Amino acid sequence: MTVSPDAPHDYPPGQHPSLPPPPTSTGIVGWLRGNLFSSLFSTALTIVTVWLLWLLISNLADWMLFDAVVSADSQAACRALDSGACWAVIAARLDQFVYGFYPEPERWRPNLVFVLLIIALAPILYDRTPARKQLLWFSAAYPFIAGWLIYGGIGLTVVPTGMYGGFLLTMIIGITGIAASLPLGIALALGRQSDMIAFRILCTVFIEFARGVPLITLLFVASTMLNYFLPPGTSFDLLVRVLIMVSLFAAAYLAEAVRGGLQAIPRGQYEAASALGLSWWATTRKVTLPQALKISIPGIVNVFVGLYKDSTLVVIIGMLDPLGIARAALADAKWNGLSTETYLFVALFFFVSCFAMSRYSMWLERRLARGEAQ
Amino acid sequence: MIEIRGLHKWFGALHVLKDIDLSVATGERIVVCGPSGSGKSTLIRCINRLEQHQRGTITVDGTELSGDVKDIEKIRSEVGMVFQHFNLFPHLTVLQNCTLAPVWVRKMTAGNAEATARHYLERVRIPEQADKYPGQLSGGQQQRVAIARALCMEPKAMLFDEPTSALDPEMIAEVLDVMIELAESGMTMIVVTHEMGFARRVADRVVFMDNGEIIEQAPPDEFFANPRHERTREFLSQILSH
Repeated sequence: MTVSPDAPHDYPPGQHPSLPPPPTSTGIVGWLRGNLFSSLFSTALTIVTVWLLWLLISNLADWMLFDAVVSADSQAACRALDSGACWAVIAARLDQFVYGFYPEPERWRPNLVFVLLIIALAPILYDRTPARKQLLWFSAAYPFIAGWLIYGGIGLTVVPTGMYGGFLLTMIIGITGIAASLPLGIALALGRQSDMIAFRILCTVFIEFARGVPLITLLFVASTMLNYFLPPGTSFDLLVRVLIMVSLFAAAYLAEAVRGGLQAIPRGQYEAASALGLSWWATTRKVTLPQALKISIPGIVNVFVGLYKDSTLVVIIGMLDPLGIARAALADAKWNGLSTETYLFVALFFFVSCFAMSRYSMWLERRLARGEAQ
Repeated sequence: MIEIRGLHKWFGALHVLKDIDLSVATGERIVVCGPSGSGKSTLIRCINRLEQHQRGTITVDGTELSGDVKDIEKIRSEVGMVFQHFNLFPHLTVLQNCTLAPVWVRKMTAGNAEATARHYLERVRIPEQADKYPGQLSGGQQQRVAIARALCMEPKAMLFDEPTSALDPEMIAEVLDVMIELAESGMTMIVVTHEMGFARRVADRVVFMDNGEIIEQAPPDEFFANPRHERTREFLSQILSH
């Protein structure tokens, strides 16, 4: 039976029922009143904000959508047609933006790698994926399959790494960097807390060194100096060298994010694990690391997003990532002066990828927090 | 079962345990009491090497505690411990808290470990909470889970470090009831507590510590009726006066 809040207040002691909240504090009306129109000032602020948003969105929509040109042969042709954005430059160069100079007849290979990536990521990112155990084996094999498909050999035409570019190159650097730096970063974080002093010093020196130099310098080292350090005759592919540098760099940052998580674990957790006779490895694997990683999720994703975006720095050592492709497009006389459109498009690609990572991490945090709330 | 001889411990320059001798026979129930800072928690934490002593010997079930990691892990797996702040693993369910060590230390199969866990959860009277997370339980329930978690290793002795001090008053009884039952089943127990009712009811011996020393030890009747030392009388009058 529902009780009206206006019913007479004469309950005997211990008999007071729980009443529903007053209607003005709930529902859409309650929300609007509380958040947008709570006072005269707040109402004025709401109106001004809505008006500004309207100005911005309507102008932007005109430029980006309604007055935009999607197909034309050149910048001049665009301008002749309409006053808005000239997306024709993207349409004309879309293949390069996606694949770089990956040869056209072989492009099914990166396409397949992308489809397989989704299958390989599903069991890692979502713990209720059907047949998760079996799929995880596929995820473990995926880096090798993807490497073979992209590079070639054993029955496939070899595509030299210098031909990779655009979003393909970004994905290769970003995903390899993330996959390699996570285990390495965890190992470094554990090493930095180790009781074995030599090991601890080694990890600390590495972390401080990698964090203390700009990624650009490491990339220059990768592109030029590494040849001096390696024995004569060995030649490492430039892309492989970049992948190693990016992974090591990200691992150092990641190690610090994970260390923060490890330090937040109360002493009692270590003591309880010790008191049960658990070994160092069992304690780390089952008790402290899972909790530390959960705490570090925002920091870890922060490093991943940074790494992903920093992959654009390879343009400086002459690799054709999306920014390199954009530059090349703008250097073409036909498409002069369209830098806004081109860079917006590249920005949109990065925004979508990074926003997805950020939303996923928030979802994961909520999911892991479920049921454990204190 | 547990033999402590000439034990000394320092925290930096602070001498916290001074020449402690204590032997505990199998099945014996010892209550350790004393003012805070008297070293009683440190003493029982030395028994499973959560604290390292600097002088003297501790022998548990024939194994002497030394720097040897294998010996330490063996003793820890034979001696259960219950903490003041429960220290349950918050990311694991109650059942997983209880099966973790049996699977990883005792190498029990998952099925056996679960059966053992359910048996002990039944014994501490919370079988229905098995699939919840510790954060969803009350303090009293969490402490009972912690007791079950320790019992799942089927230890030969149990150490309790102020198990009821962090609990709301209405939850103390449910934890003490479980401990009384455990004591009556013949478990060797060393309990650091201020619950004198518990000491009277189940202890074979009450040990009174002050300032890092054992001042006196006696069966509870004698200890409460007839304390020999001035310091003991003072302590008892303080905690029993209200």
